[in-house]
Amino acid sequence: MSELTFDTVLPAVRVQRTASRVRPGPLLAVTFLAFLIIAALVPQLFAHSDPLAIVPHDAFHPPGWAHWFGTDQSGRDIFSRVIYGTRQSLFIGLAATALAMGIAIVLGLLGGLGGAYLDRGVGWLLEILFAFPSLVLALLFVAIFGSGVGPLIVATGLGGAPGYARMVRGQVLAVRNAGYIEAAVALGHPTRRIILRQLLPNAMRPLIVTLTMGVGQAIVWASALSFLGLGAPPPAPEWGTMLSMGRDFVANAWWLTFFPGLFIVLTTLSTTVAGRYLQQRLEGRLS
Amino acid sequence: MSAITYSNPRHERLTRLARRAAWRLAGGVLVLWAVATLTFFALHLMPGDPVLAILGGASGNPTAETIAEATREFGLDKPLAVQYALYLGRLLQGDLGMSYSQHLPVTRVLAEQSWATLQLTFSALALAWLLVLALTVLTAGRGRWVSSLASLAETLAAALPHFWLGILLLAVFAFGLRWFPPAGSDGWRTLVLPAVALAIPLAGFIAQVTRESLELTLEQPFVLTARTRGLSDTAVRFKHALRHAVLPGISLSGWAIGALISGAVVIEVIFSRKGLGRQLYQAVQAQDLPLTIGISLAVAAVYVLANIVIDLLYLWIDPRQQGKTA
Repeated sequence: MSELTFDTVLPAVRVQRTASRVRPGPLLAVTFLAFLIIAALVPQLFAHSDPLAIVPHDAFHPPGWAHWFGTDQSGRDIFSRVIYGTRQSLFIGLAATALAMGIAIVLGLLGGLGGAYLDRGVGWLLEILFAFPSLVLALLFVAIFGSGVGPLIVATGLGGAPGYARMVRGQVLAVRNAGYIEAAVALGHPTRRIILRQLLPNAMRPLIVTLTMGVGQAIVWASALSFLGLGAPPPAPEWGTMLSMGRDFVANAWWLTFFPGLFIVLTTLSTTVAGRYLQQRLEGRLS
Repeated sequence: MSAITYSNPRHERLTRLARRAAWRLAGGVLVLWAVATLTFFALHLMPGDPVLAILGGASGNPTAETIAEATREFGLDKPLAVQYALYLGRLLQGDLGMSYSQHLPVTRVLAEQSWATLQLTFSALALAWLLVLALTVLTAGRGRWVSSLASLAETLAAALPHFWLGILLLAVFAFGLRWFPPAGSDGWRTLVLPAVALAIPLAGFIAQVTRESLELTLEQPFVLTARTRGLSDTAVRFKHALRHAVLPGISLSGWAIGALISGAVVIEVIFSRKGLGRQLYQAVQAQDLPLTIGISLAVAAVYVLANIVIDLLYLWIDPRQQGKTA
């Protein structure tokens, strides 16, 4: 027993910690996400040419040293456009997820706490929203409010909201009967405080992972709408819009659509892998 | 003497299933009514004059008389409540109105276009399940390397957006290798690329849950029992483990149909295929009110119905669920 001191135990613990940390998948995912965030904040750091500069005699350059990702029909540099597009695509994804979650929290709280009638009403509203596949719901919204970046965010958020709302409601119902809520009620805390300080944080904890992955999904859905020509109008550097612009040239210039799409895929992949890693960590800590 | 009534468990199970089906159908009809109402009022908030849309847009320069005539013809001069009542009445008779942009009854457009979309979505769903079964049954529980490779493939497949996959397939197999036609909707050759583009991401999602549950199932005692009875590994996997392992995947199929319909919109546009998805997209662009409502309603009806069927299928495959939810 006398040998069991901190000095003997610590190295073993350290090895275990580092071993559980360095796994290539999550590491790559987080690195790529960090790269995206930096590219969104300071695109000049990576891309040196103007994403909108038209150079007619440079049109349709295949990928090479001068233009890493090639150029489009007007000689615009695809690499710069993808890098500059990060800001808008990431913003759309984050804003849409935030909106979806905002709607979901309101509906989930109303359903979970508002009593039987309100719960049934919320259940109904969700059933109605669930009757539409997400893209059809988003298309209906765009049909009503027109296209553009604003409606695109709302449409994507609306498409995702029912799924989140169902989860929030389930969580609220699971948490509302917990002992610490009862304790807070017994202590005489005001309801608002209990909801904000106890109920919501605890109900939302398992949803963090879903949200991480949700941002990736939101970027995909928003790109699908942009791809259909219902998002940012061309020639805006936005990944979905770039795909839509490159569609007509698939037969002879594959790089116009390949690279923006690759960034969409890498982003979703990174959010999925990072989200799953987070899930394992959280579950490991909770159990 | 106590009267002993023997109940046939199989019969009882079927009646319970039927009762549940009836309830779910009634609920589904109510949801569809709400959907019809919501779409009707939502689309009447739409900016832009529908009369102009009927007459071919503002660039058509219609005269005041033709505008007035079209307004009367399509009943747009009546109050909204009257329009709504008329709309619901016609809906009950299966009349979805006339398409503004195509000057055809919406039901006829639906009848002409749905077959192509059904073909596409069902072949994609079948292909996706085929991929899932092949991949998971062959690789689940086969050691770390095989498992993590297959798992990587699934994660990657699930992250592929169909529109990008569709464009890649188009570039490689239609324009590059010229194996399949790049557009159109006649014959099975035009169906291959769109179905693959829809199936691969879906297979990725379903395979992830199926693999997890298959690996759990293979550790169950009854699998060990089957093995000790001398069954071959393949027989154990297909005859015993699979039935348990597909359950989460099937419950995901409801979501999958929604994802397929959403995907069909984009894929039909990319491959210039005939179908409801592309039709809906064109209707939205042309501000064609009746056609947009009609297609959305049809899609919602199919989706609601499919979810009921999947729910019942789930109960049928796993009788343990009945006691809990019936």
